[in-house]
Order: sequence, then C-alpha cells, then structure tokens
Amino acid sequence: MIILTERCTGAEIFVKSLSREGVETIFGYPGGTVLPIYDKLYDSDFEHILPHHEQGGIHAADGYARSTGKTGVVIATSGPGATNLVTGLATAYMDSVPLVAFTGQVPSHMLGTDAFQEADITGISMPITKHNYLVQKTENLARIIKEAFHIAGSGRPGPILVDIPKDIMMQEVEFAYPDRVELRGYKPNYRGHPLQIKKAAKKINQSRKPVFYAGGGVIISGASSELRQLAEKAQIPVTTTLTGLGAFDERSKLSLGMLGMHGSTEANMAISHADLIIAVGCRFDDRVTGKLDEFAQEAEIIHIDIDPAEVGKRVSIEIPIVGDVKGILTELNKKVTEKSSNGWGTQIQGWKDMDRRQYRETGKNGRLSPGPIIEEIDSLTDGDAFIVTEVGQHQMWAAQFFNYNRPRQFITSGGLGTMGYGFPASLGVQVGNKDDLVFLLAGDGSFQMNIQELATAAKNNLPVKIVILNNQYLGMVRQWQEMFLDKRYSSTCLRRRADCPPHCSEPDEDCPEMIPDFVKVAEAYGIKAEKITKPEDVKPALERALAEPGPYLLDCLIEAEENVFPMVPPGGSLYEMILEEESE
Amino acid sequence: MKHTVAVQVANESGVLARIASLFSRRGFNIESLSVGQTEKEDVSRITLVVCGSQKVLEQLEKQLNKLIVVYKVSNITNDPAVSRSMAFIKVRADYATRSEIIQIVDVFRGEIVDVANDSVMVEITGDEGKINAMEELLEPYGIIELVRTGKIAMTRGKK
Repeated sequence: MIILTERCTGAEIFVKSLSREGVETIFGYPGGTVLPIYDKLYDSDFEHILPHHEQGGIHAADGYARSTGKTGVVIATSGPGATNLVTGLATAYMDSVPLVAFTGQVPSHMLGTDAFQEADITGISMPITKHNYLVQKTENLARIIKEAFHIAGSGRPGPILVDIPKDIMMQEVEFAYPDRVELRGYKPNYRGHPLQIKKAAKKINQSRKPVFYAGGGVIISGASSELRQLAEKAQIPVTTTLTGLGAFDERSKLSLGMLGMHGSTEANMAISHADLIIAVGCRFDDRVTGKLDEFAQEAEIIHIDIDPAEVGKRVSIEIPIVGDVKGILTELNKKVTEKSSNGWGTQIQGWKDMDRRQYRETGKNGRLSPGPIIEEIDSLTDGDAFIVTEVGQHQMWAAQFFNYNRPRQFITSGGLGTMGYGFPASLGVQVGNKDDLVFLLAGDGSFQMNIQELATAAKNNLPVKIVILNNQYLGMVRQWQEMFLDKRYSSTCLRRRADCPPHCSEPDEDCPEMIPDFVKVAEAYGIKAEKITKPEDVKPALERALAEPGPYLLDCLIEAEENVFPMVPPGGSLYEMILEEESE
Repeated sequence: MKHTVAVQVANESGVLARIASLFSRRGFNIESLSVGQTEKEDVSRITLVVCGSQKVLEQLEKQLNKLIVVYKVSNITNDPAVSRSMAFIKVRADYATRSEIIQIVDVFRGEIVDVANDSVMVEITGDEGKINAMEELLEPYGIIELVRTGKIAMTRGKK
C-alpha cells in the first residue's frame, strides 16, 4: 500500500486533521502561542465563533456537543487562556460530554522555565479530563488528534485536552492522516454480557414493582426509543435524573419525572417502595440517592452502564451489566414479557395525585411566580424548544415545570453544578441547531458569571431567548440559609450594598435597587430586552421575544423568597421529602 | 487488608503522575509502589501494595483501568507469587560489634556492602517480615540510616 504524504507545518496538520474529523464549528479565542493555528484558520472553511472569555468558549462547545451529539471543539492560548478552560473541562467531565480542547503552549525549549504565559495545563487538567496530551513532536500531532477525537466520543464520552507547543505548530513534517487508532489501554466494552442480560430479563419478568431509573447515559447512547419500548411493553414507570431529562417523554403516563433532592413525590416514593430498580446510564449521584443506607431498601438493583467503574461505586448491585445501554436494552426487549398495568400503577397514581411541586399562580404581593413562566414557555413553544439553564433554583424549577419530551432537549450542568455554564452553552446550542428555538433560563446570580457573552450573541445574531428568573438573591443558597441556618442571609442578597446593616433577613421595598439593570446591560450590547413584574405581562412579553428574529432578554422579577419543593434535606432519605413550606 | 497489584503501563512521560493523581484524588491508600521497565521497551510495570477493603480495591482496579496509559491491572494477592523488597541499613559498628553484626547479616543472607570506621552498610533482600526482623536485630547497635524499596512481585509458573 502506498501512503501518500505531503509536507505540512503543524498548524496545517491541525487544520487538515480537524477537517478529516468532520469538524464544522470551532469555539476559540486567539493568543500568542496559537498564532500559527489562527493564521491557518483565517483561510479555512470552519465556522469560528469567538467568545469573550475562554470559559464562555468551552461552555459553548459543551452546549454544542450536548445538543448535537457531535464532539465540541475549543481552542485557547497558553497560560491564562488554558487555565480559563478548567471549569469547562470539569463540567464536561462530570456530565460525560465529548469535547476536544486545544491549547497553545510555550515553545518546547522553553517548557518548564516559567516562560511568559506558561502554565502546566496537562498537569492541571489531568483529573478533569478523560485523557490529555502534551504534543512533543510534530510527527505525532496527526495521530494524537485522531486519538483525541476517538477517545472523546467513544465509550463513556468525555473531554480531551491537547496541549501544543508553538514550535510544534511551525515545524514542517510529512503528513498523512491515520485512518484508525490503536490504543492498547483503551477498549471500551459495548456488548453487554448475554448471561447477565438473561438474568436481568428474568428479574424484570418476576418483579411486581419495577422502576426504571434513567440517566444521561440513555441520551448519550441514543437509547430513548429502546427505553420507551421496554417501559411500555412491561409497563415499567420511568424516573430520570437531571441530566436524563428528555430521555423519556414526560407526557407519557409511565413518566415519574425527575428523582432525587428536588424530584417529584411519585419518583422518590416509587424508588423507595420498588422491588426492582433498573438503573440505566446513571451513576447513583448523592443528589439522586439521598441518604445512601436508606436508598431503595426494598429493591434489588440492575445497573446498566458503559463505565465499569460506576457499577458498584456507591451502591451494591445485584445484576451489573457493563456495555452500551442501547444494545443492552434492545436485547432485554426481546426477552422481557409483555405486562398490563397492575396494582403498582395504581399505587404510583396515588403518589402522583399527592405531588406537591411548589406551584403558585402568583407570588406574595402579586409578584411573579416561576412555575407559570416556565409552563408558559412550554405551551408557547409546543414543548419543542431547547431549554438551557444555569445552576440554582431556576434550574430545579426548569427541571420540574417543563415537560421534556425528546433527548438532548434539556441542557444543564448536572454533576459539577457550574454557575455561568448556561448562557454560553445556550449560544453553543443555537450554533449547532440554527433553525431551532433555544431558551435560556437563568438566575440573576449565575447569568452574571458569563454575562460578557451577550456580545457573542449579538455579534453572531444568535436568537437565544434569555429569561432571567430574578429574585435578587443567590436563591438556592438563600433557601438553604432559610431552612437550615436560621435565615442568616450571609452574602446571598444581591441588592446588598456596603452601607447595609451587617445582619438582614428581611429586605423590603426600601432596599437599594439590584445592580445591574439587566435591561440596560442587554441594550448596551444591542440586544432587545424588557423587565416584567406582573403575571399578566408574561405571555405577551414571551410572544414579543418569540417574534423577535434576534436574541431577546426578559428580566422577570419573581417572588424573592420562593423556594424549591419538594426537597429531600441534605443527608435525608428520599421518602422523607419536605413537601411544602411550613405555614407561618 | 493488604493487596498486591501489578499494573502494566505505557513507558512514557507523565504516567506516574497520572497514577499518583488518581490515588490522591480518590483517596486510595498506597503503602508502597515500585516501578521499572519490563522485557518490552514500551511497557513499564508498577507493583503496588494497597490497604483497603475488597470494595476499595475493586474501585482502585476499575479506576486504574480507565486510564488510557494503563494496559493491564492484575490483583496477585492470592496468586502463588514471589515477592521481594530490598533495604540498605547503615548501622553503627565499631571494633567490638562489627563481627556480631556480620554474623547476624550472614544468617539473614544479607551482605555488607560498605565498611567505614564506625559503621557498616547492610544490603538485605526479602519479604517485608524478613526486612523488619533484620531491622529489629540491628536496632540495638544504632541504625544511622535506612532506605527501603517498594515491593516487586511476579506470579509463579507460566501465567
């Protein structure tokens, strides 16, 4: 076989390799050590989105990846450019998002000398990447890029970082893109063990009170329809995790909504009373299980996941099946017998009737309440929009009040809980899904963590509809302070100024205005915006936002001390939910 | 409980850092670690002695396997295997005590590798118990310095 090669610089290899990987969009921020790459990008066909902070860039690449299923690509320069990626890498690592981050590095001969803008980003990112590379020879660059994309997107996906010293980009070598990877230490197992599948099918057939507990792995694996088939065939109710929302149509009778700390009554009660839990593509996170010793005490557990290290990590498993969720569910479908609805369904319906998601038409003093706003978005978009969130109370309300019905519809930082993730991620979602409607639900705190990306939205005319549920507090932390720390609102009031009294639990109408005025900020970036304070204004304002061809910001002043319920108190058991506020 | 784990890894820069970083962030308790090249130029072998329950060990093996640079993880605790570590012990020795020390070292099939006016250096190879016993016996003479390697191990027979 003759392998055709050509002489290329590292920067040219970079561009050609990315083309060969099918990359269309790059989120990146230039700098000294990536100059050679940016010079080549100047003439390339990639869509290049310039964020206004590297963190914004990597979250955007993450949103792009989660919403499209493709691998996201981000570029940053060495030193501070690279360290600004850290939160984004950790966010993607926790939620198994396929990303390849390329960083410039000081020239090889200066490595380790504390050169200008030098940071050991491979050392720093080791525990928050699936794998990382420091490229030592230009000859290795093509192979490393090939491996990086392969590792990022296969098995349990995750972020990969490739650190490229500047001289490597400039040196010229023979280039041939490898057509396959050979990695001795990386061979994910996709096929579930047939014997384990057989045992699982038997258990499912014998169970009287089974529940599916479905996580983000179902979405990553593309197994939603297999899950639906199996659930319907055997009449097994399904609860999903936060990152699993959309894996199962919440409009189905079998849907229990989300489980865990702010999960629905029916989900948490069903888990606590089930005799069999079929955990699919999930990892028994502490926010899901509550007190571990009392989690699903009456149930045997089947755990299906592609990552063997997740099986048995926190909970003992009766039937582990390691492999790709989609294939395993397909096999189970063949072996599980059809069932009709039974007493278990009736019992669950009873809990559904009890459900007490804190829902008010209006807040105190006629203020806005979050539930109706989210439901209005659901109804105005026919439940079809992408919903992207930041982190905090609004994120939980978004999880509770919107009926997710398709995989990849709900984009949120679940594992790491990254404030500042949502807005840039929503821009990435919009870039990857140009004709779709994208809503960002944000809190007034987290929106400010990457507020500079308003420029990215405006300049690229990314028509994201930004809805800020503004309670003028860091609401989730305030809720914990209210419930567990005697209402001592330490550093959570965003209206607070330097001259406020040191202790204040009861802000009132005389308090200073919150800084900033989001409407004015948006307008400064050329983005249309309005403030909403009355319940009757919500629908018309949302309609105006939808009619606007560009981005739009709605600053919704909601009830300040609204809480998220139900809530499993930290360290509590799932069946010990606090259902509503104690009446005063 | 103590476990002996043999890990085959890529012989490239940064591998030990990846493994050390994994142990520290997952809270695994490593008693000893030794690393060196194998019969294959591109493969190194790490022998680990780890403390922890069966569950901890299972997680450690799985987490190690997730590293791309790790080729193979084998728990050889219960396999028939030969294992050794080595120590140098510098012990005070004068005209009066030197011959006694040499006798003790002979019994343990150790070697005197250096002699100075007031001390000798002892090399000893064996399992942990043997080295501990040697140390105990030399203690009364006054140990000036002691250095130990981690354990290396190999299963017997073909495997």
